[in-house]
Parts: sequence; structure tokens; C-alpha cells
Amino acid sequence: MKKYIYTLAAVAVLSFAQSCKKDSEFLDKKPTSTLAVDAVWKDPNLVLSVLGDLYDTFPDFQRTESWWLFADFDEGFASAGGDYFRHQNIDYSYDSWNYWDYGYIRQLNLFLKRGEEATELAAADKARLIAEARFIRAGVYFEMVKRMGGVPIITVPLEYDYSGNPEYLQFPRAKESEVYDFVIAELEAIKTILPDDAGQKARATKGAALAMETRAALYAASSAKYGYSQLSLPGGEVGIPASAASGYYTKALNAAKELINGGKYSLYTKNPNLSENFASLFTDKANNPEVIFVKDYKLKTNRTHGFTIDNQPRSSAEEAQGGRLNPSLNLVQSFEKLDNTYASLASVDGSGNTVYYTNIGDIFAGRDARLAGTVILPGSQFKSKTVDIWAGYQLGDGSIVTGNAFAQTRDNVLPGITGSVQVVGGDGPVDGLEFSAQSGFYVRKYLDPAPGSGQIGTRSEVWWVRYRYAEVLLNAAEAAFELGDAATAAQYMKPVRDRAGLTTALTAANISFDRIVHERKVELAFEGHELWDMKRWRIADKVWNGSNMSTTDFVNATNIGSATRTSTQVFGLWPYKYYNPGNVNNGKYIFKVIKPSRVTAAHRFRLGNYYSMIPQGVLNGNPKIVRNPNQ
Amino acid sequence: MKNSKYFIIAAFVVLFLSSCKKDNYDAPAADFTGRIVYRGEAIPVEFDQVPFELWQSGFGNNSAIRVSVAQDGSFSAKLFDGNYRLVFSENQGPFLWRKNSAGRQDSIALNISGSKVMDIEVTPYYMIRTPVFAVAAGKVNASCKLEKIITDAANGKSIEKVTLYTNKTQFVDGNNNNGIQELSGTAIADLNNLSMSVNIPTMVPAQNYVFARIAVKIAGVDDLLFTQVTKLSF
Repeated sequence: MKKYIYTLAAVAVLSFAQSCKKDSEFLDKKPTSTLAVDAVWKDPNLVLSVLGDLYDTFPDFQRTESWWLFADFDEGFASAGGDYFRHQNIDYSYDSWNYWDYGYIRQLNLFLKRGEEATELAAADKARLIAEARFIRAGVYFEMVKRMGGVPIITVPLEYDYSGNPEYLQFPRAKESEVYDFVIAELEAIKTILPDDAGQKARATKGAALAMETRAALYAASSAKYGYSQLSLPGGEVGIPASAASGYYTKALNAAKELINGGKYSLYTKNPNLSENFASLFTDKANNPEVIFVKDYKLKTNRTHGFTIDNQPRSSAEEAQGGRLNPSLNLVQSFEKLDNTYASLASVDGSGNTVYYTNIGDIFAGRDARLAGTVILPGSQFKSKTVDIWAGYQLGDGSIVTGNAFAQTRDNVLPGITGSVQVVGGDGPVDGLEFSAQSGFYVRKYLDPAPGSGQIGTRSEVWWVRYRYAEVLLNAAEAAFELGDAATAAQYMKPVRDRAGLTTALTAANISFDRIVHERKVELAFEGHELWDMKRWRIADKVWNGSNMSTTDFVNATNIGSATRTSTQVFGLWPYKYYNPGNVNNGKYIFKVIKPSRVTAAHRFRLGNYYSMIPQGVLNGNPKIVRNPNQ
Repeated sequence: MKNSKYFIIAAFVVLFLSSCKKDNYDAPAADFTGRIVYRGEAIPVEFDQVPFELWQSGFGNNSAIRVSVAQDGSFSAKLFDGNYRLVFSENQGPFLWRKNSAGRQDSIALNISGSKVMDIEVTPYYMIRTPVFAVAAGKVNASCKLEKIITDAANGKSIEKVTLYTNKTQFVDGNNNNGIQELSGTAIADLNNLSMSVNIPTMVPAQNYVFARIAVKIAGVDDLLFTQVTKLSF
């Protein structure tokens, strides 16, 4: 009993002693899991980790972490059960792609304010860190203006005074042109502070600032040049006057020139095989001279992604999945022939007769090398394994023998052969079978060739390239062309096309708006450019116009090079083996243009989609914000 | 034991009775119906593409009630009694909507107390006059005239294309059709003499009728102007 009393007494003493602490001390305990602001701003490494967090949320619309977004338009088909709806919705919702992230802007503004106030950092460190945050902020404003039009420009952290009247925190939208001007001016101001170092890819550099500047100026310029009255608001929140176009084009050209003439970057040409070279441009992280600014990943951390798991060829996959993103025939046929002409893939000849090919890959021969670098074609290889894409046998009487599972075998189905025979490829295509190449193709760009990249336990560390040198060249070409200097435009385009094996140089007379559009489409496919390019040229509503397409649009088409060619539904091209013993064509391959049965709706991009809808909550919170047009 | 049984039964009775109490608002009861019209004539549009908004203030955060106009130009909504403002968003529908002095879309005050029928007057860019549909030799032949209603230079718009659509169901538009013929705006010489024809495709299962309408796409306007759906037997 006595023992218990002692114990109780001890507990009582301890707890009383505890409560004898001053209340203020009790409440002012230093947290052990976070660092105070003033503690951080003494050490550049700690500040860098704060900045790293800010880099981490840098906005992208499409990225390798979300392969399905590439299937929302006409670049690819989504071969996965939960994603067929992407081909079954007609309209894009007005609030698609909206982006209104003032929480992020506030974090950046706070960072900048604390940076300005910090006294214990070396001047050079401090200047660079602040410049990087301004780079990110410019990127966020650029992202907002390209999606929403003009937005309020907030450059200081705002504080509420709890007076009950928030009116002084409510800012109206700036003009669209003012936001672009702000972005360009910020980038101009920081480009000399940032290191001019092509080895830095994941942090802001002078090259990254210039690359962003040229893109932003180009977007502003083309929005101005191709804008029209429906796409404008009386206050200029949306719509830039056409008279401003040439000023922006000049800025775009000058920024691009400065980067090009700086000589720090060049096109990636390490591999003499042009297609392989183009594929490894995105996956080679060692001394890559072309890549300017990336979102980087690292194996054995939680910063990895599953793009290769999702999209590896099913037959040689390292998991029982893959093959989700299937490039469309719409994209594949856009890759021109080596003589700079456009042509449909010749499944039939000019008079409509079936063409027979000895090798499955022959139909793709003589095309732009970027095709095989962007797309895994039937008969080509990934990780040294040949993909097995063929849809079945066609017999002499025209009937088809095929299956409904990967590499299915069936008994006694071919005349003259008893026993079992494989009737469909290990990668399909089988209509409606997820992970099979339902368009006849698999995606190659960004697919990681490293062993294990297709395993759930390993994943991939291939970076996501936000800015690269070839885009800067194409920006320069477009700006020069729009300024009336087609000869210079041809000059800037030449190295990009040379690398693709298109060695017959385009002359100044060959350069047209359609050419510019086409070049960006094939060079920058699956890099998150398509939607924004279509928007800024104001051709999205013409290309995605809601009319149905048919296979005749893909047979001997004459308008492949047209920027406004309708492309509302994704189509595919399926190879078949021709089985007709005794016939001269026995064992050869034929091709059929197909529309995957899951593609049921034709995309329609409405005028109200050019600028995304501002969320109703924002409008309710700030009556000074005006709505976007046409919604 | 028996007591507790009664007690439990009583508890259940009380529970059920209390949950019979009204604990929520009445469902909206007033029907608001009508058509969008130009001088008394309904303006047919595409299914679920032309909405107007009803705004009611005084209940915290604003958000619009979206009312979609049907193919034949009619609409209907179930509403609570109260005061609303009715407005078409800018560039919705193949017509112009009144602007206020600030150049914004003007709104109409709408008082709902009990059901209400109201036609909404709008000014279309064009009207399709005297559409005629006929079936002959496996084809749908159609003709019509177009009257340009808004003729002033500031607001008037040209025609991008005129299209004849057919379909096997009564939903007939750019996405739901089995036959199309287009006349591009530049190819139209005379607005008073437009004719088109579409071959009737084989339909599975077979049916001896099709639905047809003519649509006018006005340059720079998303929504198409239609004729009423016509059922054609053959």
C-alpha cells in the first residue's frame, strides 16, 4: 500500500511541476518537425528545399504522369477500360483546362518577400533564389493567361485585416496583353541573374527564361493576329488587338535569337540512326544538349512515374499491362514523305486496289524519321523486342480469321492447315480489348528503354521536357514567317527537318502557315503543345468541328497538310496477313483503315472553349471579375 | 421482460412518427415553360446546346440554374416560387440577345408564383422560311429560303454553310445523323433558292421513315439554326 502512495505522490509532483510552467511558455513550444521562416532564410540549402517544393507544383496540363490526357484530342486513342469515354463525349466542358491558382501565387509572393527581407544570405545566392521564384511565378501567370485570358496580377502577398470589408483585396482582371507583358518583362529582368548554364535542367536558367519568353511572346502574337470579335471582351481581359501582333512576334524572334546565338544549346544528334536518335532525345539524361527545362524524376525516391508501365508494348511488357496510349492514324499519316510531300499510308493504291507488302513495316518506309521515333510501328522494336501487332488473317475470299485475346491460337481455321495457329498478334489489335494496340500503334516518345522501367516496383525516371531547343527553333521560324521573312523561317526550320532525315530543304516559297502548323504537330506530338497551339491559332473550332469522319478521309487524302483539316475522331490502321496459298501475294501484309468501335462521338470545340470558364466561386468572391465570352 | 418489450415497441413508434415530420423543403412545384421565338415563330435549335440561365439572389453564393432549350425551341423548368433574372450568355444560340447600356447581356426579371408560360423573344441572325421535305427515289430532297434578319454591318453575319441532315431517330443534328449534304456559304448564290438532297442509307433494323432537318451554320456562331424535325415516310 505504501508503495502505491509513493507512486501517486511522485506522479502528482511530476504533473504539478509540469503545470507550474508559464502558460506562454507552454504555448510557445518550438515545433520539432518544421523550421521557422527566419531559420530557413539563413541557409541557401534550406531555402533551396523550399524552392524545390515550389518547383514541384509548376503547372503542366499534359505530362507523362497523366498519359490519358493525350487521348483527349486527336493525337491518341486511350486503350484502357476506364478511358474510352474520352472518345465518346462530343463537347468539351467550358470549365475544361481551367487554372486559377492564387494559393500558389501567394506562396511565391511570400517566398519573394521573405527573400527580399533576408539579411544573412550571400548576395549571389539570394539573387539567384529570388530570380528562380520569379521565373516560376512568370510560368504560373503564363499558364493562367493561356488558359483563362487576363487575370489579376498580384505581386505581393495580400493580408486580410479582419475589418469585415474585403473590398481592398478584390482586384479586377488585367488585360490579356498586360499579363503577357508582365510575363515577358519578368523574364527579361531575370534572364541575366539566372545562371547561363546548359547543364542545369531542372532549375531555372537563362536558357529556360528565354525559351519561356519566346513561347509566351509567340502565344500573345498569334492570339492577337488570329483573334476575332467573338473572342474578345470590351475591357480587353480577353483578346489582344491585332495591331500588337508584330510587336510580340518581334519579341518572340529576338528572345529565340538570343538563345540560339548564345550557343549553349544544340539539337540532340548523338545517334546516327535518326529515329533512334529522336526517341532517345527524350530519355537520355546525360549531357543532353537540346533539353532546356524539365520536370525531373529520380529512381528509388518517390519521384518516379509510370508512363512506361502504362504504355509499354503488351507482348513484351514487364507487367501484365501496358499499351494504353495508341497514337492515332490521324497523327501517323501527318508525318510526311522524304520528298516533303504528304500522303496517306497506302493501304490501297490510287485506283482503290489493295496494296500487298512483303514486310509489315514497308508501308511506313520512306517517311520522316520522327515517325518511328514517336510511334512504335508494327514490326519495329522496343527494348530489343519486336512488337507483335497484326489483326489476323485475310483469306483469298476476303473473309477474316482473327481472335479476341492477345496472341490467341485457334484450331483448323486456315484452309489446308490442320492444328492450331496463332490468329492475332501478341499486341493485338483487338477491338475493345484494353492494352492492345487498338489503333495499330503504340506510343514511343518518352517510353523508357531502361531495364525495369516497366515494373511497378521500379518505375521510370525519364524526365518531362517542358522546353527544348527544337521548339525554340520552330518558334523563331514561326515568328520570322509571320513578320514576313520566309527565308529566315526556312533557315530556322532546316536543322529540325535535317535531323528528321528530310534533307531536301524547304525554300522560302515553301513556307506557309500550314507548314508551320504541320511542323509543330509532328515534332512536338505528345509534348503537351497541341491544345495550346490550336487555341492560339484559333483553328481548334475548325479542326475539332463536331462532324463525323469516315475511313475515306484516310484513304488517298489530299488535304493532310492543311492546318484546318477536320480531325474529330481517332482512326487506326490494322495490318492483316494475307493467306491464300498459290497466290503470288500469299504471306504478304495488307492494311485496313479502321475506326475503333469505342470511338463514337466527334469532338467539338466551341468558341466558349477558347478561354476556360472562371469558377463560379471566384466570381462570387470577387464581383470585379468578368466572365469569359461565349459561355 | 414484457415491460421492456413494450418499451421497445413504443420507442419504435415514436421514432417512426418523428421521422414522418417534414424535415426538408418542398420540392419545386412551379412549371416554367415556353419557347424561344422570333415574332411568334419558334426557333428550333440543337438538342441540349442552347441553354439560358436563371439567377436568383438572396441565397448565399450565386450559381445559375441552367435551362436547356429543346430541339423544337421549347423549354421547361421546375422552379421554386420567387424572383429570378433570366439571361442568355453571350453568343449562345443562333440569335442576338438584348444588351444593356454597359454593353453586357441584359436580363429579364421573372416572377414565378405558380406555373408560368412565357415565350422569350430573341432576334435570330437568319430565319429559315418555307422548308419543304420530300422523299423520291431513295432520296430526301429538301428546299428552303433564308431570310437575313439582322442586316446591319455591325451585327450581321454571313452564312458558313447550310446542311441537310437525316437520321433514323428524331434527334437530328451534326452529331446524330446518318446522312449529310452541305452547301458551303460561298457557294450559295441565291438565299431564296436552296436545295439539297441526301441518299437514304440502309437502316438496321429496317424502317420505312427517316427524320430530316435543315441547319444553318452562321459564321462565328457556335450554335446552328434548324428547321423543325420532319418525319418522312417512304
